[in-house]
Order: sequence, then structure tokens, then C-alpha cells
Amino acid sequence: MTENIIDEIRENVIQGRVTQDDEGMDEGLVGQPAVTELVEEALALKIDVKEIINEGLTKGMSLVGEKFEAGEYFIPDMLASAEAVGAAMEMLEPYLEGSGVKSKGKILIATVKGDLHDIGKNIVTILLRGAGFTVKDLGNDIEPEAIVAAVKEEKPEILGLSALLTSTMAHMEDTINALKDAGIRDSVKVVIGGAPVSEEYAQKIGADGYGADGFHAVLIIESLTGK
Amino acid sequence: MARKGVLVVPYNRLNEEQIERVHRASMAILKEPGITCFNKDATEIFTASGAEVTQVISEGKPRWTLSIPEKVIMDAAGSAPAAVKLGARNEENCLLLDAGKPMVYFASGSETNNWLEADIETFISKKNSAKEVRLPVFRSEKGNTERLAKAAHLCENLDSWDGFLRCVNIQDDDINDGNKDVNKFFISLNNTSKHVMAGLTNLDQLDNLVNMVHIIAGGEEKFRENPIISIITSLIKSPLQFVDDTTEKTIEIAKRGIPLVISSAPQGGSTAPIIETGIVAQINAEILAGITLTQLVNKGTPVLYGSVPGRANMTDLHDSYGVPEFSQFNIDCVQMARYYGIPCYSSGGVSDVKVPGIQSSVERLFSQIVITLAGPQYLHYAFGLLERTSTFCPVQAVLDDAHISIIKRLASQPRITEESVNDVMNQMGKVMTSSTKLFTRFARTALRTGEISPQYPFESKEMTDDTLLRAIEKTDEIMQRPRNHIGNELIDKIYDKTPGLLTRLKNG
Repeated sequence: MTENIIDEIRENVIQGRVTQDDEGMDEGLVGQPAVTELVEEALALKIDVKEIINEGLTKGMSLVGEKFEAGEYFIPDMLASAEAVGAAMEMLEPYLEGSGVKSKGKILIATVKGDLHDIGKNIVTILLRGAGFTVKDLGNDIEPEAIVAAVKEEKPEILGLSALLTSTMAHMEDTINALKDAGIRDSVKVVIGGAPVSEEYAQKIGADGYGADGFHAVLIIESLTGK
Repeated sequence: MARKGVLVVPYNRLNEEQIERVHRASMAILKEPGITCFNKDATEIFTASGAEVTQVISEGKPRWTLSIPEKVIMDAAGSAPAAVKLGARNEENCLLLDAGKPMVYFASGSETNNWLEADIETFISKKNSAKEVRLPVFRSEKGNTERLAKAAHLCENLDSWDGFLRCVNIQDDDINDGNKDVNKFFISLNNTSKHVMAGLTNLDQLDNLVNMVHIIAGGEEKFRENPIISIITSLIKSPLQFVDDTTEKTIEIAKRGIPLVISSAPQGGSTAPIIETGIVAQINAEILAGITLTQLVNKGTPVLYGSVPGRANMTDLHDSYGVPEFSQFNIDCVQMARYYGIPCYSSGGVSDVKVPGIQSSVERLFSQIVITLAGPQYLHYAFGLLERTSTFCPVQAVLDDAHISIIKRLASQPRITEESVNDVMNQMGKVMTSSTKLFTRFARTALRTGEISPQYPFESKEMTDDTLLRAIEKTDEIMQRPRNHIGNELIDKIYDKTPGLLTRLKNG
């Protein structure tokens, strides 16, 4: 029974199905339990949370990564699977303590002041959650002061800043300066991303990392957190 | 079963009044000055139909002037089938051409003397010897039997290439007028299971050819049901002349009921007026006269309206395919064929330049796109042609295949249905209540079902344009694939019954 549910969770991660209303890669899955329903069932059956995460979610996501590398899966497939893992991790969060499973780290993410574009930030959020990080999304058009306050309160390992416009990217530097002014710059690593920014720009404004795309952002953050 | 062409919403360049005007001009041309006919049999056929025939008294070859009444032309146009099936060795590859349906199939064309090979070489920068760059290099070779086989094999392996119109002239030492027809058709049929079309070099070879294709199709009756070959007859020499030997071939092919293309290729500025009205009215008259002959010989002969109107390059009077007039003239002809209810064999996708590259892509894409949108049933010249149809380049054909697959998407009809509206409303509901507000999850179904297009297959991720290099690599890979030959037992039978086939071609 345990094995079956874990297998089904893994399979539904691969199918990218969050709830039973979702389509998968294969046809005819709508109406059948998906990742969230299966995790709920697994919790009711008191299946080891560590096993749900390691054998179901993580292994499923790892197979999705292999399919992406092989050209069998595309970005929408990766995002669907990551979304399913993220939803499951949110359900499992209250059970993590004492389960022997730790989050890969806490991340705060925001689109900077003056910028309403959040597609890139949302994609990175989904991918980070799918990779096992705890992500708090502050939203878009966030003032440097609000970001500083959130860093003080949440104490994340990573702060992710996103901007799409050349006119708003300067607020990334403003935010980093605000962290310095508040005396908490060294408590958090700052990673930036978005169409107008680059590795060079990240260095220029004193960020710790630059994610060229969603997947690269995950790699950079894993490298900065040593996870 | 048949291949799926692309059904377009036809782009109409001419309005109804302009179509009627072209029609009237063509009818006037066919009455006066009429067609100059160099073939006596055709003259007798037209005389019997009620055309006014006058012998031209002058030196040189005997010839007659045919003044063809509109009724004769329109009766013939009415008896030409609106739907023509072009069969295939693999019946799933057959093409269903219907004049009432703007569904486009793409085919090769011309009989090029030159074959352009491409290789990749590495060059070192003179400024910086550590810097190397890979570039395509081309060399021109003579067309021969081996290269015709390779072209047919390429056709077999490229999805957008619907019909194989032999595109390489076989110029081997052991090929002559007496054996060329059976060998070129055999090579083509033995390397592709798609429809094969070619011209007839020698009328004496027609019955050998017919016997051979009957064997391959499984008998005469099977061939009638699934005509695996069709023949192009260029009986018209512009302006307004029926050539003696090709007219004779047309008559004999029509008698046998083999699908045929009546093609005319006037050149605006030399063998036809350069202005649109003139060349279109003339080519329309020429094609209709040829189609009329086929129907007078054998009512109901499956025939295609073969329009290849060109424009002269004013610097050398060669054909120029890169000019916009080429596309305009062809679109007009597609509309005229539709007006008469006859499937259209149109032309698009050639470049004037000698090698693949920017000019080649730009020139061929203009005509491929707009002529496809006009909705001809059979678009020839679409693969690999360079140097104004003198050269066939397999790498260019691979590029054309990629581009035509994009054009098929571009030209396809919209799919806005009640079901799609309901589906979108469902997506909206789900996405707008999600935190991410992303539709990516729903893009997956469209991606899997082929509803959305893949990316350009030769795209480079670096600061380089590697299109040609990637196309060369793909061409090389396709050439290594096994050939889809006719079975050995059938080959033995074909060789036993078909005089003239070269033994060296038996194994592919």
C-alpha cells in the first residue's frame, strides 16, 4: 500500500498533476487523484514524511529533470512538475520538524520597486519550491524598505530580486544599499535576474549571484547555499 | 488514406471582375491570333472539334493556325476532372487534388543539370591563429543516376515533401534517349514511396514505362486506381505554339489516361508581355488550349493546370524567380485554375542565387509563402532549387523542408470553435485564481498534440548563425539512413519485363 502511494505520487510528479482536475502528459488522467490528493492520503495513512519526500517527490522531480535534459520535456512540463512538488511541500511543511527532512533553505523573492512584471519571478519561485526550497514571495513593485523589513523578519538565506525594465533595474542596487544601511547585508545572499541584467551588472551592484534563467537561478542558489 | 495537405483560406489577388477580364482576353487570344500548331494530328483533332484551322504557307516546318472557339475550350474545361488522385507506391502517400478545395501539397521540380554538394571546413583567422571557424563550402557536380536516387531518398525522408518531381537530370554515359525514361522513373520509384512525376523524353519509351509502372502498382487496374506516376508535358512553346513532338506525346499519354500536367512557362518580357494582364492572359490561353487537346483526345483525362509564369531578368534575359512579379503571376494563375475548376500545378520557392544563404532564403520564402496562401493544389519547385532552377542542392532541400513545415503552420486555417472557447474559459478560471498567473500548464496539451509549432530546428544558442552547418549535418544523417526500396522479387520482375533498365541500378 505504502509503496503504491509513493509510486503514484512519483508518477503524478512526472505527469505534472497538482490536483485531480489536472491533465497530465498521458491522456485520461483527469479525475484521478493527483499529487495533493495522494499526499493527503499518504499523511492519513501515516506514511513516513521522509519517504514521501525522498522517494515520491524528489525522485519524481529528478526523473523530470532527466527527461528535460533528454529533450523529452519542455519548460511547461518542468514547471507543472515543480508546481506539483511545491504544492506537496506546502502541505508537508507542518510535518517536517522531527521527520528528519529539512528544507533546502529559506528564500525571499520579489520584483523590485516600480516593476509590475512578475512572470520570471513566478517561474523561479515554482522551480525553487520544486527543488525543495521554502520560498516566500513578496510580490511585485516592492519598495527597498519593505524588502529590508521582510529580510529582518524572515531571516532568509537568499534574497531573490527580479526586474524586467531597464528603468527599474536600478532599484536592485537601491535595495542592496538599503540592506547595507540597515546593517544586514552580510546576513543574506542576494541573487538577481531578469531580461535587462547580466553577470556584469550583478557584480557592479554588489549582488552575490545572477540567474540567467529559472534553471540557472536554481543552480546558483544551490551553489550559494551549499545544498 | 492520403497525405494531409495544408488547407488554406485562399488569398485572392484578382477580384471577380479581373478574373473575368483575364478569361475574356484569353478567349480572344485563342480566337485571334490563336495557337500555332506544328503537329498534324492535333490539327485534325481540333478541326473535328469545330476549331477553325488554317495552314500557314511558308518555308520551314509545316504548321497550322488554330482558332479555337470559347465553347470548345469551356466544354473541355468542364470535362477535365475537378478531382485528381496522384497515387503512390505507399498508398498512404497518395495526393488528393481537388480544384474545389484549396489544399496545398509541396513538390520538387525542374530537371537540373547541376547537383550542389556541401561540406563543412574549418578556417583559421588571419588576425588570430587561435580563432577557428567552421563554414560551409560548396562544389557543383553533374547530375547523374546516383544523385537522382539520393534526391528521391531525401524526399522519402522529409515530411513536408509531398510529391517527388524528378529534380536531377541523369547525365551518365550509359544513359541515352532510348533508355532515359524507364531508368529515371525506376530510380525515383525505387527510392521513394511518394508520388513520382517527370517528363517523357522519348515517345518510343512510353509503353515500356507504362508496363513498368503497371508491374510496380500491381497491374493495370491497380494503376488506374492508384496512379503512382504522372507525366508533365511541355507541349506549349510560348508564345502560343504547340510543339510537334511534345504535342504528340501529350496525345499518346492522354489516350492512356495517365494523369498529366499541361505546363506552360512563358517569360514575361521575352516570350510573353511583361505586364501582368498580358502574361496571365497568354499563359491562361496556352494552358487551356493544351487541356482542351487532352479532353478532345480522351474525355475525362486527369489533368493539372500547369502554370510556370516567369519574368525576365533585364540584365541577361534569364528567368528571374526572386522578383515579386513571379509570385504575382503565379497567384493569378492559381485563381484562374480555380475559376475553371481544374486542379492547379503552381510554382514557388526558387532562388536566382547559386548557393544556399540569405538571398536564397529570402527569395524563395517570398514566393513559397504567398503562393501557398493562394491555395494551389500542387506547388512545384518547392525543394532545393538554386541558380534559377539549374541546380539542385540537397542541403537547400533540407532547409526548404523546415521552412515549408513552418509555412504549413502559417497558412493553416484558424481553429476557433465553441469547444476552444469553452476550453479557454476553463483555463482562465484556473489561472486567475492561481498565485503564479501562468498559462504554461495548459501549453503542454497544445505542445503534445502538435497544435503549436516547434522552434526553428537549426537555431543556434551562441552568437553565430549555424543554420547551414546544422542543415548539412542533417542532410548527411538522412543520407546514411536505409533506403525504402521496392522488394527484390518485384525488382526481378520489373527487370525481366522492362527493356532498357541498367543492371547497375538494380540494387538501388
